[in-house]
Amino acid sequence: MEQRHKSMKAFGENLSNANEQLKIINQENDYPHFNEKYEAIGEGPLTTSEIEIFQINLGKMCNMVCKHCHVDAGPDRKEIMTKETLQLCLNILAKSKIKKVDLTGGAPELNPNFKWFVSEVRKLDKHVMVRSNLTILLEKKFEDYAQFMADNKVEIISSLPYYKANFTDKQRGDGTFNKSIVAMKLLNDLGYGKENSDLILNLVYNPIGAFLPPSQASLENDYKRELLKNHGLVFNNLFTITNMPISRYLDYLITSGNYENYMTKLVNSFNPIAAKNVMCKFTLSVSWDGYLYDCDFNQMLEMTVNHGAPKHLKDFDENLLTGRKIVTGQHCYGCTAGAGSSCGGEIS
Amino acid sequence: METYYNPKDLDKFAEMAEGAPKLWAKFSQWYGAVFEAGALSEREKALIALAVAHAVQCPYCIDAYTTASLEKGADLEQMTEAIHVASAIRGGASLVHGVQMKNVNSKLTM
Repeated sequence: MEQRHKSMKAFGENLSNANEQLKIINQENDYPHFNEKYEAIGEGPLTTSEIEIFQINLGKMCNMVCKHCHVDAGPDRKEIMTKETLQLCLNILAKSKIKKVDLTGGAPELNPNFKWFVSEVRKLDKHVMVRSNLTILLEKKFEDYAQFMADNKVEIISSLPYYKANFTDKQRGDGTFNKSIVAMKLLNDLGYGKENSDLILNLVYNPIGAFLPPSQASLENDYKRELLKNHGLVFNNLFTITNMPISRYLDYLITSGNYENYMTKLVNSFNPIAAKNVMCKFTLSVSWDGYLYDCDFNQMLEMTVNHGAPKHLKDFDENLLTGRKIVTGQHCYGCTAGAGSSCGGEIS
Repeated sequence: METYYNPKDLDKFAEMAEGAPKLWAKFSQWYGAVFEAGALSEREKALIALAVAHAVQCPYCIDAYTTASLEKGADLEQMTEAIHVASAIRGGASLVHGVQMKNVNSKLTM
């Protein structure tokens, strides 16, 4: 599979359209609907508890074009959260008990108001997590962002699909591994990932193909040993995340002839313990234009919250959003397969 | 039958319980225990299985243990090296029997 240089949307590809993706994911087949499978574990319909994580997509622009990206992000994407919408987020957070703010993208750093927003959230005494692709920290105009995040005690969560260049570059583009190593060195020098430091650096593994992730604990040991031995690098935790059958990864599954087998694997690997711990139960996902979703994947499929919950930041009501019934589809099997998957890795 | 090997047949492995359910149950239990982490990690066991799969030239096993090796965190380099180990033993096993050829040759020739 060739490396992309632009998003699917830039080329007007069919699967850049959420409805086209949903037609494939939810087509008639032998798999039980996710809701049936979930309700069979005896928990009733999938509903939320209190919101613990306020996850904000700051925009779909990215300096990278990874093959598996569920956002279809890239340099050509123009969707960026405005300062007015960021202010709406701040107004909500100021009145809320929510403690964690998870910033994602695209590359969240590419939002022109990134620094201002992070500083304002920190003033509210909220914990800030940034899903940084590492390579952006080496780009001109962004060279002081690592120091800025250290100064604000931002937790950094970064994709590094393998501890060697081969798999990493296949998924994220040639040269990505070496750039990531340089960026990790920069972060380590600032104190990130080190023992007795309050600067947290977590890494994310995604399978580089149509298979499920390895055991998180086992792979974390390999990462720690190899990155230290070969590059003198340290980090806190490794999160293993299952690839969701949407967007570019769905395109990969179909073009490589793996879609049917992968979906069957996800369904057959349904794990009730993982299902009880899915992150949508305590997460609210906000899109660049202020709409509300049960998770980042639903956001990309344009499936807003429903069942009486307000759909936009302008109508935000924490009481109505707490205990809401979660909007599901067949893609949800991605979070409940095997050891389960969330933005924080395994969940069982 | 167009071919002796059909990838979908791998999913029917458990049908081997029919006819000898007790033996299948014993096999399944033992098989599962073999691949659990012990003195060797799950990944090391998957790579051994992948190498043996090539030695016994079992397409089902090659399919299953390539997937298993990837899902246990191995990459192409590790899987390829494992297959070279199997191949070296197979090749070496042929070559070392050359000693027998030499013994017979010594006995039969002047």
